[in-house]
Amino acid sequence: MASHHFDHVDRSGSVSGPPSAGDYAFDRGFRGIAWLSAAFILALVVYIVIEIGGKALPAFSEYGFGFLTSTTWNVQTGQFGILPEIWGTLYSSLLALIIGGVFGVAIAIFLTQDFLHGHLAAVFRTIIELLAAIPSVVYGLWGIYVLIPLLRPLANWLHGEFGFIPFFGTSLSGPGLGPAALVLAIMILPTVASISVDALHQVPYKVKEAAYGMGTTRWEAILKVMLPTAGSGILAALVLGFGRALGETMALAMLIGNSNQISLSLFSPANTLAALLASSFPEAGPVEVRALMYAALVLLAITLIVNAIGLAVMKFATRKFEAER
Amino acid sequence: MNATAEMTAAGAASANAPARNNIVMDCQIDKVFYGDFLAVRASTVPIEKNKITGFIGPSGCGKSTVLRSLNRMNDLIPIFRFEGKVTYHGQDIYDKKVDPVVVRRYIGMVFQQPNPFAMSIYDNVAFGLRLNGFKGNLDERVEKALKGAACWNEVKDKLKNSGLSLSGGQQQRLCIARAIATEPDVLLMDEPCSALDPIATRRVEELMLELKEKYTIALVTHNMQQATRVADTTAFFGVDISQGSRTGYLVEMGPTRQIFEDPREKLTGEYVRGEFS
Repeated sequence: MASHHFDHVDRSGSVSGPPSAGDYAFDRGFRGIAWLSAAFILALVVYIVIEIGGKALPAFSEYGFGFLTSTTWNVQTGQFGILPEIWGTLYSSLLALIIGGVFGVAIAIFLTQDFLHGHLAAVFRTIIELLAAIPSVVYGLWGIYVLIPLLRPLANWLHGEFGFIPFFGTSLSGPGLGPAALVLAIMILPTVASISVDALHQVPYKVKEAAYGMGTTRWEAILKVMLPTAGSGILAALVLGFGRALGETMALAMLIGNSNQISLSLFSPANTLAALLASSFPEAGPVEVRALMYAALVLLAITLIVNAIGLAVMKFATRKFEAER
Repeated sequence: MNATAEMTAAGAASANAPARNNIVMDCQIDKVFYGDFLAVRASTVPIEKNKITGFIGPSGCGKSTVLRSLNRMNDLIPIFRFEGKVTYHGQDIYDKKVDPVVVRRYIGMVFQQPNPFAMSIYDNVAFGLRLNGFKGNLDERVEKALKGAACWNEVKDKLKNSGLSLSGGQQQRLCIARAIATEPDVLLMDEPCSALDPIATRRVEELMLELKEKYTIALVTHNMQQATRVADTTAFFGVDISQGSRTGYLVEMGPTRQIFEDPREKLTGEYVRGEFS
């Protein structure tokens, strides 16, 4: 730190002076705490990865990569494979992302592009953010008691009429991928919508003026200018929503059917990694726990990879066409 | 009713009223409101073909509001209300049957802050062409517009780069290129040089003088030297604070030389001599 305080300058009658020793100490202390907090987060992530990795190591050396491609989960025979869970995790999250993404971005457009009076838009936004406050288990119950009975006639009609399409290849008997993905879509809606709203709000007013000044209609302005300008922010919203869907546990454990099968059908029961972990841990013996730890490590890896890809894509999109605002 | 009589009625008589048939746009404002606030009162501002009409006046005099009324940009502000009419080739653009989107396609605008879109330089210029469903040679028109805006040489090797990667002056010329690519009839420029350095300002001013050969330009400027350098006709707006709020109005309008050297109104003389701002 600079210690020269220009003491030789005659400063009689002036209130200007160097910061006190206390000011400097506070500055240093604050910087230290900020560094410590940042380092703690990093250490925590590393610790979790190492801890889970360590617990998963015995299973990894026993089952190897075959664990990722095998479809059996049998405690009695000691056969463990998580391909159906990987499939179910990615498939249900992707479906949720498509549904929740479309609705979330549409809601964000509705709330930011002068469709609603400012005050009403704020009320709407609060209501949508309140969706995030509903506990996962309540979503699960709602899915079981409301959504599945509601969907069943439609699903079975679709299966009857369009059964040749793989997506409708089975009938819906109870829990299944479709209802799980729908609930998941609702659960990621607040994330996608509110981050997209922020992204669209950040588009400077002068950009909107430029669009209308060129003689765009409202939809041309939104689709050709506003959305591309807010692109990286909306992408961030979708990545975060997808990440949330990948890790969601309780509602899925209740709705997806916990069945080890790989099917394109929306009405077939399936399983996800998070649901497998949640439903199997309570009664697992030491051998199964080791396999579950391996599964947990895979889930962690998937979410980390998805988020890393998302960040990279966002960074690329930002670097290409956005300047400082 | 002839032009002179109309302007007398609006309280802004001009001895040098331009010939009627040269007037591309005739802005006859009765009242302009933002909510309850009367922003501009009775003012008549005719815009002549292939001329640069400069709008000058102290801040809050409504010169930007008047300019933005000419292509209905103010419609973006929900509380904006326009009373009067703006005829464009004889048609009132505030008529209920007129879609503001169509108005803005014929009457282009360049803004105070450079506002290129977050897309490539090429796509910025091609934006209006694509919007209007242009089917011809896009490359050719983009090049022509960029040359017209005097920035082709600087950007021809980096057309794929973001428009936002350019300097402020280049961005503003890119925005001019974007505005003239579709060859609109009238170009409205709202203090286009206020965010630019003196050199970039000079270049944009030279550009305006070239552009008026093909287009009709209305220019808002807070820089009186700029008005004397480029404007053929100058409209001076003042602020009336007698009613307890600040209402803008046209004080006088005439050939630029007359406004600056021999103004009819005392207020105009005081303003152009820099006695208030």
